[in-house]
Amino acid sequence: MKYTDQGKKDTRSGFGAGMTELGRTNPKVVALCADLIGSLKIETFISENPERFYQVGIAEANMMGIAAGLTIGGKIPFASTFANFATGRVYDQIRQSIAYSDKNVKICASHAGLTLGEDGATHQILEDIGLMKMLPGMTVINPCDFNQTKAATMAIAEHHGPVYLRFGRPKVPNFTPENQTFEIGKALTLQEGSDVTIIATGHLVWQSLLAAENLENQGISVEVINIHTIKPLDDAAILNSVKKTGCVVTAEEHNYLGGLGESVARVLASHHPTPQEFIATQDTFGESGTPEQLMEKYGLNNKAIEEAVLKVLKRK
Amino acid sequence: MPNYEALEELVVQVRRDILRMVHKVNSGHPGGSLGCTEFFVSLYNEIMELKDGFDMDGVGEDVFFLSNGHISPVFYSVLARRGYFPVDELNTFRLIDSRLQGHPTTHEGLPGVRVASGSLGQGMSVAIGAALAKKLNKDNHLVFSLHGDGELQEGQNWEAIMYAAGNKVDNLIATVDRNGQQIDGGTEDVLPLGDVAEKFRVFGWDVLEIENGNDLKQVVEGLQEAKNRTGRGKPVCIVMTTEMGNGVDFMMHTHAWHGKAPSDEQLETALAQNPETLGDY
Repeated sequence: MKYTDQGKKDTRSGFGAGMTELGRTNPKVVALCADLIGSLKIETFISENPERFYQVGIAEANMMGIAAGLTIGGKIPFASTFANFATGRVYDQIRQSIAYSDKNVKICASHAGLTLGEDGATHQILEDIGLMKMLPGMTVINPCDFNQTKAATMAIAEHHGPVYLRFGRPKVPNFTPENQTFEIGKALTLQEGSDVTIIATGHLVWQSLLAAENLENQGISVEVINIHTIKPLDDAAILNSVKKTGCVVTAEEHNYLGGLGESVARVLASHHPTPQEFIATQDTFGESGTPEQLMEKYGLNNKAIEEAVLKVLKRK
Repeated sequence: MPNYEALEELVVQVRRDILRMVHKVNSGHPGGSLGCTEFFVSLYNEIMELKDGFDMDGVGEDVFFLSNGHISPVFYSVLARRGYFPVDELNTFRLIDSRLQGHPTTHEGLPGVRVASGSLGQGMSVAIGAALAKKLNKDNHLVFSLHGDGELQEGQNWEAIMYAAGNKVDNLIATVDRNGQQIDGGTEDVLPLGDVAEKFRVFGWDVLEIENGNDLKQVVEGLQEAKNRTGRGKPVCIVMTTEMGNGVDFMMHTHAWHGKAPSDEQLETALAQNPETLGDY
């Protein structure tokens, strides 16, 4: 495999590192948090820019409204909390005060998906990509590792418009280049192949590379695409790949309803109908457990991806 | 000294605008709009420091947020007559392809509107954000907001009320339209609000009351007093008692005209009570 794990790191720390850089380079950037500073890893931003940080307490609805208001006056607010409280809890505030009002707010959501682990289903949102991608004008980004999350954090400050940036809690392999440029909406082909395309987002990208390595050993040529931006989706990259391979597996830490897989299926159904298998949770809530146990139980690891590839190859 | 005669002429004309807008499309919210006419006319023509033209950031001027967006007719009329957009455009209220949506929005680019509202309880948070931006920008201008009293039943308001006091957002003047009415009846019957002024006080706000929010002099003086109280470490709240449907006898003392348009005959009666002053659109 051409990618190597440079050492496990959490994507939320990538967000924190990106905020530190933004604090030093972009005076318009302000940060808000709802009583989760330590979890969001923004201590450095706060200590270096205390006047540009707003602690709102356990009041996420108010946080989204204040963030919308801060844009009026030219600020670029990064409103941060856990993914569940950053989306489902405040959907109407995001819908009216941010999305419909065209406000330049960055909603930064940590602890997304099952890998939050032991806290259980109350905190493990698996619906957030769907909620956010349905909002007109909302950009939805789910980077795969520390380096990419840092790059994405810095890139969204340069993009005018509401953004949902989703990342997670556990330490996972950090394998993309340090100081990469991040282009919103541009899929990254991590490895080329001719038999099957795996399209993955977030933590599932590394799992897809592991699966691809094993499959290559079995003589199957696998193309792996990292879709860090779920909306706007890179339709051309998806179509170019599946025209070559003729089948696809999508992989995400999210419900199969409303997630990346459905977005890919829509593109394929409209332009190039193709057999597809979905690695995603099957319309269920999560539960307590270690991240590894949960990803195993809910079929979101490299083994599940390999099985899905073997299945979809038979459908070609 | 404000020219109360001129303000009163504008109030009467705005009432006519509200009634005609709502009548034409047989939809909209005349009751609360008429109740807040004196407030809007005073705010935009006597109180706020405004630049010429409109830009979203509003740096170097006072800004206003309407939280109870359903009273869009009075907002639109006052904005148009203050020169934000052509008065003739009031003719398009709630019609397809109009910038004057049922509830105010930035989405169609209507000058004067800085956030969408309609889903209740969100405006105070946005106003606080704009006030914080003004502080960061070292812009000494003020942020005004208006909230329905029934709207205070939404919990987000109390998050915002707590935040503004706790963080000394003292460049904010939030006015509560205390008309005592909401869709299903009196506020004290639907879900009692009790002593609104006292609630803001115990949360740490500087509160003043306008006993008759349909008396121009009381409104102007109340708003001026509120301005005097800014910059002293506390957000300022005005609890303003108004009469829904004010200026049209059959629309007053009832909640029936919250979201109902007058018939042709009722319009004629209502307009006769408010003779044209500055010219209909």
